[in-house]
Amino acid sequence: MGIFEYAPAPESRDLANLKPHYRPFVNGEFVDGSGEPLKTINPATEEVLAEVGTASVSDVDTAVKAARKAYTGVWSKMPGSERAKYLFRIARLIQERSRELAVLESLDNGKPIKESRDSDVPTAAAHFFYHAGWADKLDYAGYGPNPKPLGVAGQVIPWNFPLLMLAWKIAPALATGNTVVLKPAETTPLTALVFAEICRQAELPPGVVNILPGAGDIGAALVGHGDVNKVAFTGSTEVGKAIQRQIAGTSKKLTLELGGKAANIVFDDAALDQAVEGIVNGIFFNQGHVCCAGSRLLVQESIAEELLEKLRHRVSTLRLGDPLDKNTDIGAINSAEQLAKIKGLVESGDAEGAERWTSPCPVPERGFFFAPTVFSEVQQSMRIAREEIFGPVLSVLTFRTPDEAVTKANNTPYGLSAGIWTEKGSRILWMANQLRAGVVWANTFNRFDPAAPFGGYQESGFGREGGRTGLEAYLDV
Amino acid sequence: MTATTSSSAATATPSPLTDATRDEASLRRFLHGLPGVDQVGVEQRAAGLGTRSIKKAAKLWAIDTAISMVDLTTLEGADTQGKVRALAAKAKRPDPERPDTPRVAAVCVYPDMVETAVEALQGTGIHVASVATGFPAGRTSREIKLADTKIAVDAGAAEIDMVIDRGAFLEGRYLAVFEEIQAIKAACGSAHLKVILETGELATYDNVRRASWLALLAGGDFIKTSTGKVSPAATLPVTHVMLQAVRDWFVQTGELRGVKPAGGIRTTKDAIKYLVAVHEVAGEQWLTPDLFRFGASSLLNDLLLQRRTQADGHYSGPDYVTVD
Repeated sequence: MGIFEYAPAPESRDLANLKPHYRPFVNGEFVDGSGEPLKTINPATEEVLAEVGTASVSDVDTAVKAARKAYTGVWSKMPGSERAKYLFRIARLIQERSRELAVLESLDNGKPIKESRDSDVPTAAAHFFYHAGWADKLDYAGYGPNPKPLGVAGQVIPWNFPLLMLAWKIAPALATGNTVVLKPAETTPLTALVFAEICRQAELPPGVVNILPGAGDIGAALVGHGDVNKVAFTGSTEVGKAIQRQIAGTSKKLTLELGGKAANIVFDDAALDQAVEGIVNGIFFNQGHVCCAGSRLLVQESIAEELLEKLRHRVSTLRLGDPLDKNTDIGAINSAEQLAKIKGLVESGDAEGAERWTSPCPVPERGFFFAPTVFSEVQQSMRIAREEIFGPVLSVLTFRTPDEAVTKANNTPYGLSAGIWTEKGSRILWMANQLRAGVVWANTFNRFDPAAPFGGYQESGFGREGGRTGLEAYLDV
Repeated sequence: MTATTSSSAATATPSPLTDATRDEASLRRFLHGLPGVDQVGVEQRAAGLGTRSIKKAAKLWAIDTAISMVDLTTLEGADTQGKVRALAAKAKRPDPERPDTPRVAAVCVYPDMVETAVEALQGTGIHVASVATGFPAGRTSREIKLADTKIAVDAGAAEIDMVIDRGAFLEGRYLAVFEEIQAIKAACGSAHLKVILETGELATYDNVRRASWLALLAGGDFIKTSTGKVSPAATLPVTHVMLQAVRDWFVQTGELRGVKPAGGIRTTKDAIKYLVAVHEVAGEQWLTPDLFRFGASSLLNDLLLQRRTQADGHYSGPDYVTVD
């Protein structure tokens, strides 16, 4: 990157305590699953990290039975204040093992260490702390006196924030008195299995948390299991729809947190330099593997050119490469499959006439990497404006008036998040009321807090996670 | 006066920018039409950039570059010729035992000390900078400010650090500030003009951006954060805003102008954070003493100590660098 070469600062991979084999966690023990073992790879080098035992359909039944037994025998009877102690203990153990978890997450997922270290792991711990606080206060959550848990929760999580999504799912479930069977994503099972170790360290009663690595068939078996009372899924809209069909007509409660194509709207009076930062954070955070990523930039026409110039200059300073290097801004794409999907969508952008600009940053030869890309001259009718790309690719559209901005922003089957950049407070409030999105950020983007509910509209799913509202999904109210 | 003296800056700037300074109303419209600065955002960015890893070769490069950007400064009421000569000697040979140590960019003194400094630095290529214009408050008449500048320039100062009239700026009399900068620029002749915004007194980042543009429009060669006499002096977020201003100026006009944070930068670690900001906010073109300076007195010794630490593999302590 020119005359000022920063020193490489790789975090030691030894901190991850990587083991050659990992096994499913059922009823408080690591067990041999009867599924076909899978190999999890480091997307930055394509090397095999570990072999992971997976569950079969019969293991799902065993795990659900263990969860049921723990639910009726121990967990649902336990006073909230006791459950809170376990949750606080888990939260503290996540903090104690934070470096190990951060390095392991970066190895398995490909995300830069500065994000796993400064964002994923601390936020995961924060979710346990936050929900520990609720465990003995559910009578005051606004759902009437003594709200009851649902029973056994079957939870399926994605590969983009493996540990954080686990925390989002498990913390509220346990706080409200449910027990859990969780299936981590096929490509990123490792931190979930270290979390299982943490459950043992915390002396969590056996069966309260069960973790079953495996592919989609295991997820389907879990979701469809007759003794599961609650299903929580985060992942693609396509799979979400299949789950909804699968459990239609049953008494299972369901929350879905699916894809997104968020509009990040910049008005001509915005603080432009900070808007540029927000755009970068909105789309390039976690390589764009963020369901609420600000992947559609809507810029007021009068400043489009100026903003794009600033944006390109800023994006070209982003450093792509080794996820374990503390200087790395953008890490690896999680899998070859995902990389191919990104490339396919980018090609459609070229074919449909959008103007592609790619950062001149060097790209490693090995591993799955994709240089930050900005498409301008994007029109609503193009695939790159409508479909979720789930990669470091930004589509830039323009608008002329606030009404047009709202119309274009809402013109999507999704509705997870949106961003507004303007110095005008009244416009922020007006826009926030018009936008159909679960989260609307003003003059910032991708900010999370356990106390803030998160969830979507339309094809982005339903139900909320986090905050007081998030408890409802795990209570019989 | 303005019509002729502004010519050097004005003819080079494209017409939308010259129109901006046509009268008080246009200037106000222009400055208030600049994009705002979001406090949370700029402080977050500054903090984030501070975590880049600079070690070994990168650190040595950064230390040497930082040394070459130092305006070694003494601005005390008690300054004497002896003090200034000692500082000049330090500027020439920052680390007497390490002749490969780069020289600093300039020595910065009060106008009455310029002659002494010029004499002491004869033939070294090290510039003499002088704070003129009624430094540090600037609360004196235009005539005196011009005379102050002239005295320093006539005595051989190659660089003039002027303070803007913060009172006029905060009153919204932008044209008065603009004209004064132009007048001083004219009085500088061939000397370079650094315009001190005293950002600690301007209070908001929006004001910092407006003052930066005002100084650039009026022909300032450098924009400088502080006199060092007001707290807060230089900060990283303020410097980010100013670096963004010179970059935006370059994009619009093709002209390269410099930035000088001054006051409160005491450690190598801090200096390196500024260099990272120069690199990533403005661009690597600015990583030269021609376009970036540190206004500092105690920073140099820490840079020298860290330089030795890099070379020797251990820290030697403050007794191993000279106190001047």
